[in-house]
Amino acid sequence: MSEQHLDARRLLCPLPVIRVQNTVATLAAGDILQVVCSDPGALHDVPAWCRVHGHRVLAAEQRGDEVRIRIEVVAQEPPA
Amino acid sequence: MGEKQALICYAVRLSSKAKFGISMSTQRKAISLISGGLDSMLSTRVIMDQGIHVEGINIFTGFCVEGHTHAIRKKDKKKPKRNQALWVAEQLGIKLHIIDVIEEYKEVLLHPGHGYGQNMNPCLDCKGFMVRKAYEWMQEQGFDFIITGEVVGQRPMSQRRDTLPVIQRESGAGDLLLRPLSALNLPETRPEREGWVRRDELYDFSGRSRKPQIALAAKFGFEEYSQPAGGCCFLTDKSYSDKLVDMWAHRSSRDYELDDIMLLKVGRHLRPRPHFKLIVAREEGETRFLEGYRKQFVHLQSKSHNGPLVLIDGVIDESDRLLAARISARFGQGRDAAEVEMEITDLDGRSQPLTVKPLRANEIPQDWYV
Ligand code: SF4
Repeated sequence: MSEQHLDARRLLCPLPVIRVQNTVATLAAGDILQVVCSDPGALHDVPAWCRVHGHRVLAAEQRGDEVRIRIEVVAQEPPA
Repeated sequence: MGEKQALICYAVRLSSKAKFGISMSTQRKAISLISGGLDSMLSTRVIMDQGIHVEGINIFTGFCVEGHTHAIRKKDKKKPKRNQALWVAEQLGIKLHIIDVIEEYKEVLLHPGHGYGQNMNPCLDCKGFMVRKAYEWMQEQGFDFIITGEVVGQRPMSQRRDTLPVIQRESGAGDLLLRPLSALNLPETRPEREGWVRRDELYDFSGRSRKPQIALAAKFGFEEYSQPAGGCCFLTDKSYSDKLVDMWAHRSSRDYELDDIMLLKVGRHLRPRPHFKLIVAREEGETRFLEGYRKQFVHLQSKSHNGPLVLIDGVIDESDRLLAARISARFGQGRDAAEVEMEITDLDGRSQPLTVKPLRANEIPQDWYV
């Protein structure tokens, strides 16, 4: 299990989501991704992306001008 | 409501699979181009109801109308700051893959083989490009076909009876591209011929009326959806296109970076001289956004009164600096004062005070506004 950090500050949505998506694709189930963004829209969009893909949002909060989200990667099941 | 809708979609998927006895080995998979609008939402649901496994793909060109522009402008605070395509995916209970094509899209925008629409929108080339990206994704991921929300006769350029086949041809997708809302008006595609989907459960929508879509949305229980009047991107917007054309006209090349096209979405743009323009924040949210560009642009700020941050795009001399400061002072609270103290900051970070008399409204010719 590894922990990775992603700096998505100064990127406007949906770019932080795309960066999260591309980073998660390189991680294994159980890995943690910690992302920091400056677009307040990320507070909604990154968790929404996690929900549709079944990844777990461990924390999502806005601190001043920054949004911090902690994600646990969940294994993807093939279509049944 | 969102959760309820997603649960219904999930239940429908399970029952469709059970009803048609679709086994694991015959599970067909479709990739759906999701723009965030109603049509792609409906077409996806139509195909899901036939027991097909559907995932969504959303293509980000850099020109997409997105929640972030609402995030920039404080006045739009009431509008949801959400990515519409993700929201649609969540309502439908499908995965959504967002693809960044900013670099590749330049070729589409700069050299569209089929030209532009009413503004700088290269819709036909763009649609062909997007379907091609979906087709590539489909091949890489082992999916079977592509669906879109296109409707014959709905859009003047990309959704005409004679241009829909162009998209099939130029994308390379051919008859693996199915338009569920208009399929009965179009030749049979492979998913229909092979029996992956039942043609008689597809639709025959055509023309610009939105009534059939609204009725189908009601049938599916979709209570909330978006129907953007201006299409899916800024390129259909006249004021945005004017700024883009102006930017190209005053540069040696039409190439652009993401920052260029983002800045065209923000602020008032004035070009008092051919070699420079001003980008004037209209409110606090825009000021905050433009602050991120202070290191890349010479900029002005009022010191004696409240006023917007103003970026200067271009290379300027002493007289230009004075003119830029007088224009900038016009947009602050000192507009009627005899003098306003401005501060101009150069690219090396050094600031200088400038005391100026704000221009009067009638001293700013209308054609300075881009
Ligand atoms: S409206 Fe924009 S995104 Fe949609 S097809 Fe036209 S150019 Fe492409």
